Amino acid sequence: MLFRKASSPFISAQASVHTIMYQVLYALIPGTLAAIYFFGWGVLINLAITAIICLFSEALVLKLRNRPIKVSLKDGSALITACLLALALPPLVPWWLTVIASIFAIVIAKQLYGGLGFNLFNPAMVGYIVVMISFPREMTYWTAPLGAVDHWLSFSDTFSVIFYGALPDQSSIDSITMATPMDTLKTQIGLENDITSTRHHKVYGTLFSNISGKGWQWINLLFLLGGLWMIKMKVIDWRIPVSFLLSLLLISNFFSVSDYATYPSALFHLFSGGTMLCAFFIATDPVSASTTPRGRWIYGAGIGVLVYTIRTWGGYPDGIAFAIILMNMAVPLLDYYTQPKTYGKADTE
Amino acid sequence: MQHLRQARRTMSSTTKLYLFHGGLRLDGHKQISNQSPIATCKPQNRYVIPVQQHIGAAGDIIVEKGQRVLKGQMLATTKILISAPIHSPVSGTVIEIGKHAVPHPSGMETDCIIIENDFQDEWIRRNPVAENYHQMNSHDLRNIVRNAGIVGLGGAVFPAAIKQTETNIRTLILNGVECEPYITCDDKLMQERAREIISGADIIGHIIKARECIVAIEDNKPEAIAAIQAAIDEDSTGFFHLQIIPTKYPSGSEKQLIKIITGKEVPINGLPADIDLLCHNVGTAYAIHQAVFKDEPLISRVVSITGNGVKQPQNMEVPIGTYIADCVTQCGGYNDNASCMIMGGPMMGYSIHSDHLPVVKATNCLLVTSNNEIHPANTEAHLPCIRCAKCVEVCPAKLLPQQLYWYASTNNFERASEYHLFDCIECGCCSYVCPSQIPLVQYYRSAKSKIWELEADLKKSNAARKRHEARQFRLEQQKREREERLRQKREMLNTKKGRPEENEINLKKAAIAEALARVKQKKETQAITPKNTDNLTAEQLRQIKEADQRRQAMKKKNHE
Repeated sequence: MLFRKASSPFISAQASVHTIMYQVLYALIPGTLAAIYFFGWGVLINLAITAIICLFSEALVLKLRNRPIKVSLKDGSALITACLLALALPPLVPWWLTVIASIFAIVIAKQLYGGLGFNLFNPAMVGYIVVMISFPREMTYWTAPLGAVDHWLSFSDTFSVIFYGALPDQSSIDSITMATPMDTLKTQIGLENDITSTRHHKVYGTLFSNISGKGWQWINLLFLLGGLWMIKMKVIDWRIPVSFLLSLLLISNFFSVSDYATYPSALFHLFSGGTMLCAFFIATDPVSASTTPRGRWIYGAGIGVLVYTIRTWGGYPDGIAFAIILMNMAVPLLDYYTQPKTYGKADTE
Repeated sequence: MQHLRQARRTMSSTTKLYLFHGGLRLDGHKQISNQSPIATCKPQNRYVIPVQQHIGAAGDIIVEKGQRVLKGQMLATTKILISAPIHSPVSGTVIEIGKHAVPHPSGMETDCIIIENDFQDEWIRRNPVAENYHQMNSHDLRNIVRNAGIVGLGGAVFPAAIKQTETNIRTLILNGVECEPYITCDDKLMQERAREIISGADIIGHIIKARECIVAIEDNKPEAIAAIQAAIDEDSTGFFHLQIIPTKYPSGSEKQLIKIITGKEVPINGLPADIDLLCHNVGTAYAIHQAVFKDEPLISRVVSITGNGVKQPQNMEVPIGTYIADCVTQCGGYNDNASCMIMGGPMMGYSIHSDHLPVVKATNCLLVTSNNEIHPANTEAHLPCIRCAKCVEVCPAKLLPQQLYWYASTNNFERASEYHLFDCIECGCCSYVCPSQIPLVQYYRSAKSKIWELEADLKKSNAARKRHEARQFRLEQQKREREERLRQKREMLNTKKGRPEENEINLKKAAIAEALARVKQKKETQAITPKNTDNLTAEQLRQIKEADQRRQAMKKKNHE
């Protein structure tokens, strides 16, 4: 009798990239819903634009590269990039800016490097940085969260702001947008107002709540929960989020304790801006992160330090994207110099 | 005193266990084959005995075609250290000596001795030393093991006697772990022949002058554990103790087992003996018992014939050289869905294309899988590596499989070696967990063999260059000698003539001629092109260039 030939091992855990990616997407849902709840239609419209453009441009490049389109679209990685991008962009940015960011993320940062598995940098963060540097004014179009205002901007108003740049009657762009709590604190501290007075300011004070900013704290909390679920399901490794959050906590606590009037508390840093999204969904992107256990500790801690540095002394309101890209650059070096000691080496050295 | 020692030993048997990095918890599928006692394989008409069934050199065949041989008679012997003799499993006639296909990943053919059974079951004269082994020295006992053709039966088939050349090793570890799914031959052997195994281990202990023997068994084999425990209790010397270890793949791998039991790691490029340990498989211990107590060489072994592709999976004591097809027939034959025949387990075994191959000393398991039972990774269409590092988590050698894959798949062998490619034990854990279904082990295997090939090529071209240079040197020397002779002749002639002026002129002429010859010769040497440089790959050219540079640097250094 003749048999089929194959190579060992003949059995496998039947895990798949598809499953991993979709678990990440599921974990994103609670935080995303919270973002929509607090910031309104804009988030949804952004999400629709990024999803369509990311999937479309991925398909287009795959076609140009003569690669199987269906398999790659189904793996869910483009959808994750779209989600991260939509959550990072302000809710009222013009549509063309969202399109540029999406195309840049997928075409330049991902596909031109060779597609999934070959990109050196996190695609969503590259897309974000491009528009952040090129269109800094539009990137401040955040709305005030529900709680600071009592209702969303209506769908038609949001739609016309995003697609036509047309503002609702008798309003200026400044009247419908508002800086984020982190940005506000930074500006106010720059103006030599301390944290306590900013928190009690009659205009800006409405943005804050007891932990960090209204809305932001809940969004961050839900991303944290989604992240913990992913760790439990072994979708992501726990080292990067832990070392990132730990380093951010330690460094922000150090400065806040030494001068609480000008340096926000550790809690504020942990639950503001993109901290939790970064910790569990961006920094843990396996393709662009370090892969060795020790490397992951350093990678996460490095992002923490950079995020704090850029937030506190840098020119941008939040430093996540830059911190991620800078640490992405360090990954080959980290992976090379943090190789674990192989079996049998420990005793000889 | 004896009691005290024993008590201390019992205490030490409950010492804590250590963890090795990585590993997997796999479905055992052991119950498929371990439900019935070890069967005996019916005598067959024909046996095919490969001359080389072990790691090391093949022996010299000492029988002739047409010769009658007895059961247990030596068919090939050897004086080479790392080698093992082979024996006839039956009495009968040598009907053929020649190439026959043997179980091998490549499906290759090697020298085999084919014996036709005469069904007389006539043994050679046997002289067992039995209990007298206590009075024998290590050297003589080792020779018994060697002449019985005993090799490691855990799968590595390394000649057992070689491992026992070191003496005064503190601890003998008896490996009854059997961590690969499906395989149960050691499990059944321990259940049914525990006493013989313990006796064999005692012989090994005597050879290497060990002070203790730890029998390691995974906790998924309660019956084997009970049987071995009973045999140890019966022994009552306090030399043995049982160590139950958690079920985890690949605990049965020698290095990993040593780590679990002692917490120590076998140094890289070292042997367990370097840390005062020796490991033997329980099957090997049983074979040694048979050799010493019955003077029976290794002519049969227990084989697990299992998988959903076989009608009646079971363990069977099979004479070495039996056709696999004959074994399966005795197990009720194949199911209709049988698709793949694997020799060894599903993690580290290799698939064989045909069952018209003999069972060899290494055959611990014949796994016939049904179509949906196995999921080998697909070489053609796997997804790209997403660097999730799940492979890093499970690698028992603590490698970075994803980096190795990156460099192995792009033929960057230097980098792959830097990432310790050669420390890979090919256990398959990385491929098992890979979400992109990349056949990682296959990439590593291919990279390893390509590196070996390159090294062999380099050696060859270096040897050719050396030969060429030596020839060049020889030719030069001959020329010089010839010229010297000519010059002397001329000188002699000139002095005879006794005309000094002319003589001087002649001398000058000769010097000029000599100088010209030197120049010409130098030109020739420089014009000579190195041989064997056609059709070299870019990699080889680069390596040659590097070697040349090194040589020049050496020359420079020497000049300085």
